[in-house]
Amino acid sequence: MDKNQDNILDEFTRGEYKHGFVSDVETETIGKGLNEEVVRLISRKKEEPEWLLEFRLNAYRHWLTMKMPAWAKLDIPPINYQEIIYYAAPKQAGKRSWEEVDPELKATFDKLGIPLDEQKILSGVAVDAVMDSVSVKTTFKETLAERGIIFSSFSEAVKEHPDLIRRYLGTVVPYTDNYFAALNSAVFSDGSFVYIPRGVRCPMELSTYFRINAAKTGQFERTLIVADEESHVSYLEGCTAPRRDENQLHAAIVEIIVERDAEVKYSTVQNWYPGDKEGKGGIYNFVTKRGICRGERARLTWMQVETGSAITWKYPGTILKGDHSVSEFYSVAVTNHHQQADTGTKMIHIGNNTRSRVVSKGISAGQSSNTYRGLVKVAKECRDARNHSQCDSLLLGDRCGAHTFPRVDVANPSARVEHEATTSKIGEDQLFYCNQRGISTEDAVGLIIKGYAGDVISKMPMEFAVEAQKLLQISLEGSVG
Amino acid sequence: MNELLKIRDLHAVVDGKEILKGINLDVHAGEIHAIMGPNGAGKSTLSAVLTGRENFTVTRGEVTFKGKNLLEMPPEDRAREGIFLSFQYPVEIPGVSTVNFLKTAVNEHRKYRGQPPYPPGEFLKMIREKMEWVDIDSKLLNRSLNEGFSGGEKKKNEIFQMAVLEPTLAILDETDSGLDIDALRVVANGVNRLKAPGNAIIVITHYQRLLEHVVPDVVHVLHDGRVVKTAGKELALELEKQGYDHVKRLLAGEN
Repeated sequence: MDKNQDNILDEFTRGEYKHGFVSDVETETIGKGLNEEVVRLISRKKEEPEWLLEFRLNAYRHWLTMKMPAWAKLDIPPINYQEIIYYAAPKQAGKRSWEEVDPELKATFDKLGIPLDEQKILSGVAVDAVMDSVSVKTTFKETLAERGIIFSSFSEAVKEHPDLIRRYLGTVVPYTDNYFAALNSAVFSDGSFVYIPRGVRCPMELSTYFRINAAKTGQFERTLIVADEESHVSYLEGCTAPRRDENQLHAAIVEIIVERDAEVKYSTVQNWYPGDKEGKGGIYNFVTKRGICRGERARLTWMQVETGSAITWKYPGTILKGDHSVSEFYSVAVTNHHQQADTGTKMIHIGNNTRSRVVSKGISAGQSSNTYRGLVKVAKECRDARNHSQCDSLLLGDRCGAHTFPRVDVANPSARVEHEATTSKIGEDQLFYCNQRGISTEDAVGLIIKGYAGDVISKMPMEFAVEAQKLLQISLEGSVG
Repeated sequence: MNELLKIRDLHAVVDGKEILKGINLDVHAGEIHAIMGPNGAGKSTLSAVLTGRENFTVTRGEVTFKGKNLLEMPPEDRAREGIFLSFQYPVEIPGVSTVNFLKTAVNEHRKYRGQPPYPPGEFLKMIREKMEWVDIDSKLLNRSLNEGFSGGEKKKNEIFQMAVLEPTLAILDETDSGLDIDALRVVANGVNRLKAPGNAIIVITHYQRLLEHVVPDVVHVLHDGRVVKTAGKELALELEKQGYDHVKRLLAGEN
C-alpha cells in the first residue's frame, strides 16, 4: 500500500498546476515596503477623494496597533510586510478602447479561458478582469447600464459613483474587523463594484477574474456588492497566479449588502497557485468575506470550490439581520501536498425566523491539513432562528489531517441549531471494488469525489459546476494509492 | 471443452505468511465449480489473488484466463477481460448511485472492447431487463451504492451487477452468507440465468445450501492452501453431513 501510494503521489506531480505561467506585460510598480507615504501614493495614483484617503490612513494606523492572528490551525512562516510591493499595474490596463490594450494582456486572459473581447463571448457572463492591482477590462458594462446595473472596477466606481461607495464601504467589514481587513483597507488596489437597482433581475452572470502576475507583489482587492430591494444577482469569482518559489500574499475583502426581498448568489472558484509538491511557494490567502441580509426575506447564498493557495484563512459569513432572511453556505475545500486550510463560515442570526444552512465538504490529500472552523451565533433578541450545519471530511492517504471546530453560540432558547459531522477515508476497499468492476483507480477517485462533493457542485451555476468538477479532478489526480 | 481458467501450482503470501500452497484448478466454459472448505483454508485468498487484490503476493505458479497470463494484468483489466467477483463484503460509495456506477463500469468494459459508450436510452432498457433477474427495486438502484442497504440487498445488488456486466467467469465469494431463504432463492435464480455454454461460475461457500439451488458440476475441498479433494456434487452433501473435521481427520490419516 505504501509503495503504491508513493508511486501514485509521484504520478500526481504530473497533474500540474495549469495556470502557472507568467505574462510578459510592462508593469508599473512602486518600491517595496509599507508606510503612510505608500498609502498616500496608492490613493494618489488612483486619484481618490480626500475621504477615501482618510479611510485608508485610519485603517493603516489601526493596523499598526494589531498583531497577526495566531488562533488558526495553521503554520504560517513570519511575513515581512516591508518586503512586499503594494502596488503593481500593467501599464496599459484600463484603456478606454479595447483596441489599445496590450495584446499580451488580452492573450493572458484568453489563455486562462476568460475571453474579454465581447464579440467573442458567447455565454451570458459579464467579466471584470483584474490583474495585480488594477482592473484590465469590464465587459458588457454598457448593456448592463441600460437596466441601471452598475458593474465596474472598484477604482472607476469611486470616481463615477462616490456616494454609493461612501455609503457602503466598510459597513459590513469595518477596517477594525481583523488584521488582514485593516491591511486591505489601507492598501487595497482594485476589485469590482456591483449595484443592482430595486426590482431588477440581473440578466447575466457577473464575474470577476483575479490574476496575480507581478512578482513579490501582494494582491489586495476589494469587492462590494449591493443588491437593492427585490433585486437578484448571481456573481462568480475566479482566481489564479503564476508558479513561483516565493510566497505571495493575497488579502482581500468582500462585502455584500442584500436588501429586503433581494437575493445574491456568490460563487468562488479559488485556484491560487498552491505551491509545489514540497510546499515551496504558493499564495497566502487571507480573506475576509461577509454579507448582510439587511431587509426582510433577504437571501444570500455562498458557494465555493477551493483548491488553491498554500495557506487559506477564510470564513465567509452572513449577518442575518432582516426577519425571515435566509443564508446558505456550500463549500468544497481541497488540500493536497503541503497545503493548509483553516476555513469555514459564520452565521450570525439577529432577525426573527432567520434560517441558515451550512454544507461543508473538506478533502485532504498528501501531507496537507484541512480545518473547518464555523460559528453559528443566535442573538438574545432573535426568536425562532434555525440552523443546520453539515461538515464532512474526506481523507485520501494517511499523512493528511482533517479537523473540525464548530462553535455554536445560542442566546435565545427558541433557536433550533443542528450540527452533523462525518469523517471518512477513500479506502483501499472502495478503490479495489471499483477496479474489480473495470474502473481504473484514477477514474475511481474521480467518481468517489464526485459523489462526495455532488450535493455542493449541483448547487452551482452550470458553467461553474463543470469547471469546478474539472478542477477537483486535476487537484487530486492520482493522490490515492 | 473450452478452457477458461487454468491454475497451476499457485502459491501466495500475505504478511509473510503463505496462505495458498500450490493450488491446481481447471475451469471450462459451461461449468459450475464449488469451492468449499473450513475457515482459513484460503478460499477468499484465492478469489482475491484471481481478481488482483494488491495485498497478496504470488510467489510461485501461474494462472491463465482465456490463454492470457492473468497475474500480469491490473485488476481493472482482469474485470474487463470478464472476471467478476461478487464480494463477500460489498463496499459503500456515498453519493454515487448504483445506476451511475454501473454505467461507468459498463462503458469502461465497452471501451476495452473497442465499442462506443452505451446510448443512454439503451443502457436504461438493459438495466430494466436485468432488474427482473434479481427482483431488485429501482429505488434501490438510484440510491448511493450499497449505502444503508441491508445485507440481503447488498448481495442482491452484487448479483444484479453481475447480470449487467455479463462476465465470462463469475466468482461468488460467500454470497450465501447472511441470506434468508427467499433472498437465497433470488440470488440463485440470478446466477442460474447467467449460466450459458460460453461462461463459467465458481461458487465459494461454507455450506451446501446454495448448492441445492445452484448445482455444481465439480466440488473442490480446499484445506490449508491446497485442493485436497475434487469430486461431483455429492461431495457437498457429504461434507455437510460429516463436517470439515472429517476431512481433516482423513487427511491426517493419509499422512
